[in-house]
Amino acid sequence: MSKNGLATLLIWLTAALVSGVFVWLLSDIIIHGLPKLSGAFLVEAPKNAGRSGGIAPIIVSTGLILLVAMATAAPLGLATAVLLSEFTRHDSVFSRLVRRSLDVLAGVPSIVFGLFGNAFFCIYLGLGFSILSGGLTLACMVLPLLIRTAEEGLRSAPNDYRLAAAALGMSRSTALLHLLLPAATPAIAAGLMLGIGRAGAETAALIFTSGYVDRMPDSLFDSGRALSVHIYDLSMNVAGGDANAYTSALVLIILLLIINSIAMGLAKQWSVIAV
Amino acid sequence: MSLPRVDRQLAALLRGCALLVAAIVLLILLFLVKESWPVLRHVALTRFVTDASWHPVQGLYKLTPMLSATLYSTLGAVLLAAPLGVASALFSRYYAPPLLAGCYRRLIELLAGIPSVVYGFWGLTTLAPIIGRLHPPGVSLLTGILVLTLMILPTVALTVDAALAAVPIAYVRGAAALGLSRWGLISGVALPTARSGIAAGIMLAAGRAVGETMAVLMVAGNVVQQPHSVFDSVRTLTANIALEMAYATGDHRAALFVSGLALMAMLLVLVGAAELVGRERHHV
Repeated sequence: MSKNGLATLLIWLTAALVSGVFVWLLSDIIIHGLPKLSGAFLVEAPKNAGRSGGIAPIIVSTGLILLVAMATAAPLGLATAVLLSEFTRHDSVFSRLVRRSLDVLAGVPSIVFGLFGNAFFCIYLGLGFSILSGGLTLACMVLPLLIRTAEEGLRSAPNDYRLAAAALGMSRSTALLHLLLPAATPAIAAGLMLGIGRAGAETAALIFTSGYVDRMPDSLFDSGRALSVHIYDLSMNVAGGDANAYTSALVLIILLLIINSIAMGLAKQWSVIAV
Repeated sequence: MSLPRVDRQLAALLRGCALLVAAIVLLILLFLVKESWPVLRHVALTRFVTDASWHPVQGLYKLTPMLSATLYSTLGAVLLAAPLGVASALFSRYYAPPLLAGCYRRLIELLAGIPSVVYGFWGLTTLAPIIGRLHPPGVSLLTGILVLTLMILPTVALTVDAALAAVPIAYVRGAAALGLSRWGLISGVALPTARSGIAAGIMLAAGRAVGETMAVLMVAGNVVQQPHSVFDSVRTLTANIALEMAYATGDHRAALFVSGLALMAMLLVLVGAAELVGRERHHV
């Protein structure tokens, strides 16, 4: 066989292999997870360490953790993105410094975020194992992603907007508020959804910050178990927890699929960012 | 030209926010050092290599079994994921018909979005028993490598795809006009042009593999030992932190933060290397 033919064969085989493994993984989780998935599973509290019952408090905790993370990271991220794209030159020392530190932050392993969150939020700031600690730790983690997408969205706003606003004597703040931010909204929204997806998939950063408690949280200062931590706990620490772990994994995948689809849809519809 | 007052105020506010964001990395480093200081102060760095074993409660801090587990699993995963990821990107860019290419790209994006804990869970319940039949115990370095490969493959595929998309269309047309075969076009024109993007993507994927915790924690068996074959159970640096943080106190806890620092050091090397490779891109 010619080199060309061999390469074609190998590349098609790779694609088939990757697709096959993907279908295997997904069907495995659907087949084992679907039988237990029901309305009751979503609204009941876990019983017997999670072996039976549902995941209601876990869904609430996950939602609260994500809420804290996004409520903290979104304004900070947006402010940084606006500064980087509208208020500094691309090659200024300050913007290079911020960009460099964001590059490093984006690569920090999630377990190191967990260590940091535990030492800083839980102990140093005295927040303890709480939804607040977990959410703030995740906020640090998703910041680089939020900033990058928001900045790209702002940069893709036509330069005519800026020139026209300046010609009309608008302050930059007004131009930002009425022209540039609206133009970048889809990209910012897509970035937010991607951030939620990333944070929702996270486990290692949460084990030692938001903790393991699977009761319904009363406040943000309570420990709350995220869905991903629940899957980990059921499969590693609870004998006979596999059935509910499968169903929880299915719920998590469905939630993340919905969130990611919204992000992709936003990104594609406005074709502002290439995800 | 001076800005209006409202703009200057806004700029100051934004600058404050950006400084806060930039300070997070320093804060992380600061707290890692602060928490590992009790051990770093009275334990020489060489003892993390020369001690007899990892028994931090007894003051023995040998990290090398975990370090080699991390290195082997990363190396194995990168060696598998790099060719598969590059082939995946080539498939969707040069081989598949448009509709299939779109579907395949979407599939890779979905793979990238699956949480690591789900990969770990699937590896534990499905992959580990199969490998266990081949050679017990099943939870092993090999299982870890395979699950990691699956996890970092989308990273390689997506970055290589983006790098291939940036190959100037004139190059491709030129190659076609010269009558090159499809593989001739790819190996002679597309891959060399995109090589720095490909290298940066692989570096990025290696960084993910080094830092990955949940998947390897769940499938690699977590025995602290120097692996002699791919079927041995191993414990990576990240898994060690996740397992022992729950009950570690005093110097033991500090030693775990030292391994966190070691992870950060590896990451900085990889980020730096990716940046060097990326800088080369501008000269091509």
